[in-house]
Amino acid sequence: MSTLQMVSGTEKSTTIPMIKLGTFLLMLPLLLWLFLLIILPHLDLLTVSLREKLGYREYAFSFQNYIEFFTEPLYWNTFVRTAVMSIVATAITLVVGFPVSYYIAKVLKGKKRNLLFMMCLIPFWVSELVRTFGWMILLRESGVISSFLQWAGLVDGPVELLYSDATLMVGLVYTSMLFMVVPLVSVLDTLDDSLIEAGYDLGGSTYSILREIVIPHAMPGIASGCIVVFMLTLGNYLTPTLLGGKDSLWFTEQIYNQFITRFNWESGSAFGFLLLFLSSAIVFVGLKLSRQTLADTVK
Amino acid sequence: MSNQLDLECRQLVKSFGKFTAVDNVSLEIPKGSFFSILGPSGCGKTTLLRMLAGFIEPTAGDIVIKEQSMLGVPPNKRPVNMVFQHLALFPMMNVAENIAYGLKRRKLPQAEIDKKVADVLERVSLPDAGPKDVTQLSGGQRQRIAIARSLVLEPAVLLLDEPLGALDLKLREHMKVELKQLQHEVGTTFVYITHDQSEALVMSDNVAVMNEGRFEQVGSPQDLYYNPKTAFVAGFVGDSNRWSGRVDSLDNGQALVSLDDGGVIAGITGNERVLNAGDRVELFVRPEAITIERDSSAQTGAHIEDGQNTLSGIVENLLFDGANSRAQVRDQQTGHQVTVSLPQTGAFSDLKSGEQLRLSWGIDKARAYVSQTGTPQAGLGEEQAA
Repeated sequence: MSTLQMVSGTEKSTTIPMIKLGTFLLMLPLLLWLFLLIILPHLDLLTVSLREKLGYREYAFSFQNYIEFFTEPLYWNTFVRTAVMSIVATAITLVVGFPVSYYIAKVLKGKKRNLLFMMCLIPFWVSELVRTFGWMILLRESGVISSFLQWAGLVDGPVELLYSDATLMVGLVYTSMLFMVVPLVSVLDTLDDSLIEAGYDLGGSTYSILREIVIPHAMPGIASGCIVVFMLTLGNYLTPTLLGGKDSLWFTEQIYNQFITRFNWESGSAFGFLLLFLSSAIVFVGLKLSRQTLADTVK
Repeated sequence: MSNQLDLECRQLVKSFGKFTAVDNVSLEIPKGSFFSILGPSGCGKTTLLRMLAGFIEPTAGDIVIKEQSMLGVPPNKRPVNMVFQHLALFPMMNVAENIAYGLKRRKLPQAEIDKKVADVLERVSLPDAGPKDVTQLSGGQRQRIAIARSLVLEPAVLLLDEPLGALDLKLREHMKVELKQLQHEVGTTFVYITHDQSEALVMSDNVAVMNEGRFEQVGSPQDLYYNPKTAFVAGFVGDSNRWSGRVDSLDNGQALVSLDDGGVIAGITGNERVLNAGDRVELFVRPEAITIERDSSAQTGAHIEDGQNTLSGIVENLLFDGANSRAQVRDQQTGHQVTVSLPQTGAFSDLKSGEQLRLSWGIDKARAYVSQTGTPQAGLGEEQAA
């Protein structure tokens, strides 16, 4: 049909398919990426997670892997712990990142501003692994801080600062900071200075201006920063393993164990899916509580 | 009551490094008056206003509002409110919340806040705008809401930072009248800064003309227009024809000035300064002070005839603008261009370019100012650029 029209060739019938073809070609890399790297593996994971191994190359459809997650307290507890720690880490990142972003976006001008922004960025040129080892050098029993405390005579013996929840939290916040600062700086950049001045002029205190003008304006940036940081923290593997040690009990470690150590792909896939759904549910609740929509956060 | 001052500045100075933005400015604004600060961009008027609002601390001098010094008082503790150039309405709040913002900071009970908001909306004739979003309003309405948001706090002084700048011409003309009316009704002291002389002249009780950080002249609009005290004011407020020359001789307060371009014009001194023979001066004549006649006699340069300055020239351009129409006349002898107003009677409605006209104006209509530091050309160029 289209060939016939192409030949008879009214202008309308030829240009519209051309535009569509162009759009399609432009979107092709995105579509391929979405399909091959996101949808296809997830479909495969889904089928794998919904089967039970009966024997060698013998499988049956079953919810057993999901049931196992909810009946085994270790898995369930690990997940809750991971989610709570991630929420706390996101909150700390926000509380630390907001003043930094405000300072960069609103207080500093010109060169100093760019310099400070770059200084936030530069650590991320180094791989996460190397950065985490940096923390280990600082914090381990024979590390810089421990040695300094002994040299200063503040402690008698070496102190182990690694492998605690506090250390893990420090590492998570540090790793996530950039992903909070970037959206916050860009959203605060769009806040007109005269709005802040008008707030003061009308008798507002610093606190009321922050609460009624700055934060409502920055809300989309706060939401998108928090979603990214939360997702990254929840799915982080390196930092919990290296800084939290064996007892860190991070959910991604469970998934890793299922796949690699226990070679139980069925159970690992089910965990992967549960992580996806539970984290999405938490983000959904967070958006509802802050009265934001997902569309707002990408504005 | 008449000598009660709402706002007083004493020898106010603000420097940024080596640059002095506001240089020794003193002013007194009586209660309930509409005071404008008029000046070209970069003259320091915004800096002055921001010092009054409290966003900038003066380098020296004092600001007194209602007999209390405002030095060290932060903007949120001052009894002044400001209408910002781009209004700065809070986009995250609706109209009523915008207006209520300042009242809430004063911890008034909600019932009282609601009543005050309704009252002030009534006053700016937008009684139903309360629940609307700021973005739903037109430019003129936003203007009124911004003013209402400040007025509801009953400030001693309301500062306005060129708030009409963003409006189109028709609306601006309308808002000028409305603002003056509003100020008259509420009786709050308004301090209005602008670079638009028509805004300042139409609305104000008093105008200060500011240039390079200093007040050139403070006075009523009529005073500034008819009795400018400096060459800058004569050139900046209203339109003027301008000649430069040298004083030849003096006769009974009248100075005979021989022009650089050739010809002679008689004038009087524009300020208290006594002219002396040999002084370099600039002469200013308003377009509407010049009488025109059709004339076919031989062309003459600027000279004095029957106690009137006289000049003949050829009409080069006709600038029709209804009652405000003008003609640009070229003095053939010197090449100097003179702008004259056409009479509103329509007597010259058939005037064509190329016709010869005889221009005349009274000696007292030509005001002479001694040139500053002997380089009048530089000053002239700057003002035209501004």
